Amino acid sequence: MPEHDGAPAIEVAGLVVERGGRRVLHGLDFTVAAGTITGLLGPSGGGKTTLMRCLVGVQRVAAGTVRVLGMPAGSAPLRARVGYVTQSPSIYADLSVRDNARYFAALAGQPASVVDSTLAAVRLDDRAGALFRELSGGQRSRASLACALLSRPELLVLDEPTVGLDPVLRRDLWALFGELAAAGTTLLVSSHVLDEARRCERILLLREGVLVADDSPQAIAERAGTDDMDEAFLRIVDGVGAR
Amino acid sequence: MSTTTADIGTVPERPAAVRTGIFSVTRTWATTRRVLLQLHNDPRTIALLVVAPCVLITLFKYVFQNSPGVFDRVGLPMIGIFPMITMFLVTVVAMVRERTSGTLERLLTTPLGKLDLLLGYAGAFGVVSLVQAGVVSALALGPLGLHVRAGIAVVLVVALANALLGMALGLLLSAFAQSEFQAVQFLPAALLPQLLVCGLFAPRDRMPGWLHGISQVMPLSYGVDALSHATTGELTVTLAVDVLIVFGCVVAALALGAATLRRRTG
Repeated sequence: MPEHDGAPAIEVAGLVVERGGRRVLHGLDFTVAAGTITGLLGPSGGGKTTLMRCLVGVQRVAAGTVRVLGMPAGSAPLRARVGYVTQSPSIYADLSVRDNARYFAALAGQPASVVDSTLAAVRLDDRAGALFRELSGGQRSRASLACALLSRPELLVLDEPTVGLDPVLRRDLWALFGELAAAGTTLLVSSHVLDEARRCERILLLREGVLVADDSPQAIAERAGTDDMDEAFLRIVDGVGAR
Repeated sequence: MSTTTADIGTVPERPAAVRTGIFSVTRTWATTRRVLLQLHNDPRTIALLVVAPCVLITLFKYVFQNSPGVFDRVGLPMIGIFPMITMFLVTVVAMVRERTSGTLERLLTTPLGKLDLLLGYAGAFGVVSLVQAGVVSALALGPLGLHVRAGIAVVLVVALANALLGMALGLLLSAFAQSEFQAVQFLPAALLPQLLVCGLFAPRDRMPGWLHGISQVMPLSYGVDALSHATTGELTVTLAVDVLIVFGCVVAALALGAATLRRRTG
């Protein structure tokens, strides 16, 4: 993996986004260290997806700077180094899982040989020949994830990757995320399964376009004065125990 | 998952430098292959693309059975118009799907260049339109007895030019449709007026001046002119110029279409 020399993988400063005349992100500031897993949590409509779109460079930004792997987000060289998985799986419904994966491997300049091992890593090897539209919801999100893993990105931006997965698959995916992080990949994972927050080294809690918490899960639980992540989340979102 | 996660570790490292230039043969070909595979998985669409024009040209022949000369005069231009209409519809729907399903946005976050995407689509639909025009021409020139002076190669080149024109217009107009419902409505809105003034139904030089002026700036007019020349076998230079004009319009529409492929959106 490339050397970051301790430089942050993500640096966001004063980020403001407006959509349809409405301000959705109100001047965010944070950094994410390389090789870590960061959870992006918060009520829906709070700006999680918009923030992720900023990081991969597809969102028009009103003010502020977004730097990814030391470059402005969306720079051409980053397209080979950043993987993005949208919330609703965005791959071709009328292609098989394998053909989808082959296409995205070719775009990333990877040999076709990476396809099978990557599908195995997300436990889809037995469904490789199935058309995407024939898959269950959980299989679809894993197929979409596999297509982003193919390029071995240095930064993975995952929007709700575990929605619709049973607890076993959820555990396995988090184990995979852990291995990727151990190998140097930086992961930013949005979720509303608060249980999953405990698996992250750090939590960004985004509410109505404002970061209301940016800390380790333990510290957040302590601050909210409860051990229960659900309760901690609710207390912070409701303003109890907020900074 | 201990056994399977070991696999991801064996995935080769990222190539030393993935080039992200404006054009890559590998990525263009991968896109052509992907679009063809999508069509391959949709045999009903392929059948409709090939069979429907054959049925129409046959009907056309027998509708005008008692008006000799009509089929010979208009048959070939019709063969050139089918690829344009079908490729327009296929492209406009395919691109609206790419835009609404999020795949386009995803593609634009990969090293795929816009030119790779456009040429990839052009390659795939070009192949399909050649098959379509080949089958329809074989039927018309063979069993249906259409008389054409120019060779089949000329017919195929003009049909290909028209098909790419349909594709390029479909790509451009897909940017203005928010759904597939709206997309197909661009056929009567954008293509049928061109069809009316292109000279197929009435000679263009006998139209009122203002209408003739409009027909002069419609790309389809030149596609139909080219095929009329191919029918009579005359004016080969004019034919070549007509075809070049159509290809020019294709490039212009693709360039405008490329401008609608925005990486950053609101």
